[in-house]
Amino acid sequence: MTEDITDIWAFLSTSPLLWLTMTLLVFQFSIWLNRRLGGSPVLHPVLLSMGLLIGILLLTGTDYDTYFDGAQFIHFMLGPATVALAIPLYENRAQIAALLVPLLVAGVAGAATAAITAVLIAAALGAEITTLMSLAPKSVTSPIAMGVSEKLGGLPSLTAALVLLTGAIGCMTAPAVIRLLRIRDDRVKGFAMGITAHGFGTAQAFGISATAGAFAGLGLTMAGIITAFLLPLVVNWLPGL
Amino acid sequence: MINAILFILLCQLVGEVTVQLLELPFPGPVLGMLLLFTGLMIHGGVPAPVKQVSDTLLRHLALLFVPAGVGLMVHFGLVARDWLPILAGLVGSTIAALAVTLLAMQWLIRRRDD
Repeated sequence: MTEDITDIWAFLSTSPLLWLTMTLLVFQFSIWLNRRLGGSPVLHPVLLSMGLLIGILLLTGTDYDTYFDGAQFIHFMLGPATVALAIPLYENRAQIAALLVPLLVAGVAGAATAAITAVLIAAALGAEITTLMSLAPKSVTSPIAMGVSEKLGGLPSLTAALVLLTGAIGCMTAPAVIRLLRIRDDRVKGFAMGITAHGFGTAQAFGISATAGAFAGLGLTMAGIITAFLLPLVVNWLPGL
Repeated sequence: MINAILFILLCQLVGEVTVQLLELPFPGPVLGMLLLFTGLMIHGGVPAPVKQVSDTLLRHLALLFVPAGVGLMVHFGLVARDWLPILAGLVGSTIAALAVTLLAMQWLIRRRDD
């Protein structure tokens, strides 16, 4: 009996089916758990899934390459998802055209501040170059951030985790910063949350109003495009690198 | 449906190949997104199947981050070494970027409306 189980495990543990199924199972469980715990951004389903899956892999002595053989089918969809961001961009084109200059200027200023201050603070505290390159694109939605990180010589998987943390931090700090600066325009609130906290910020902005949500979605896409095009050019001139 | 998937994949493929050929510094799918956007502008609307595929992809975007996020387990050494600069950088830059974006956009909109 024990031998049978060992045989089945030996077969399953190297088959893509097991880790593909496990990823979906753990993610669905994490969504359920997050709802039960009140939907807090600190316990975001993605952060929960990462923690649980890493735990399962360590306990079963499975290495990341074996896991990724199965999970790559999900990972692959990031590329098409990035392309699909063209649809919300197209649907919001009237609002973009009407506020083109404020959106572009604020977008470039915000995206640049996010990347440059993150790298400067971490460099000042002695982080390694690989860490810095993984940190630079962290305000941008994951599929783009991971692509940029790879281009810069960072670690895409570290970037993925930092992006998720940034989203959670953005959601926690945004209400206080908005109150402190006495911002009342929902378009401004939403856009800033999308620029700094990508999908997490967008989800939270929809809780303020539909207008805030639409502008957050726009901020998310713009931060992605601005960072993808400008960061690889800017990064060579950052001091201390 | 198949045509919509094919079209999105073709945009990505052309984006990836162009980035490789011209040695551009940004990710191929981002160029693919701009190609699709241009295509939609020329077409003058989003075909229903394309909308359906993209809605499905974007609604489950969070799931797509998980496999790469689990890759953090390979970098435990780096995170253990650099956790303080990382955390300080994330918190500091998030607050700074929020403030800069809020103030810049507020100021520009007011100036335009005056």
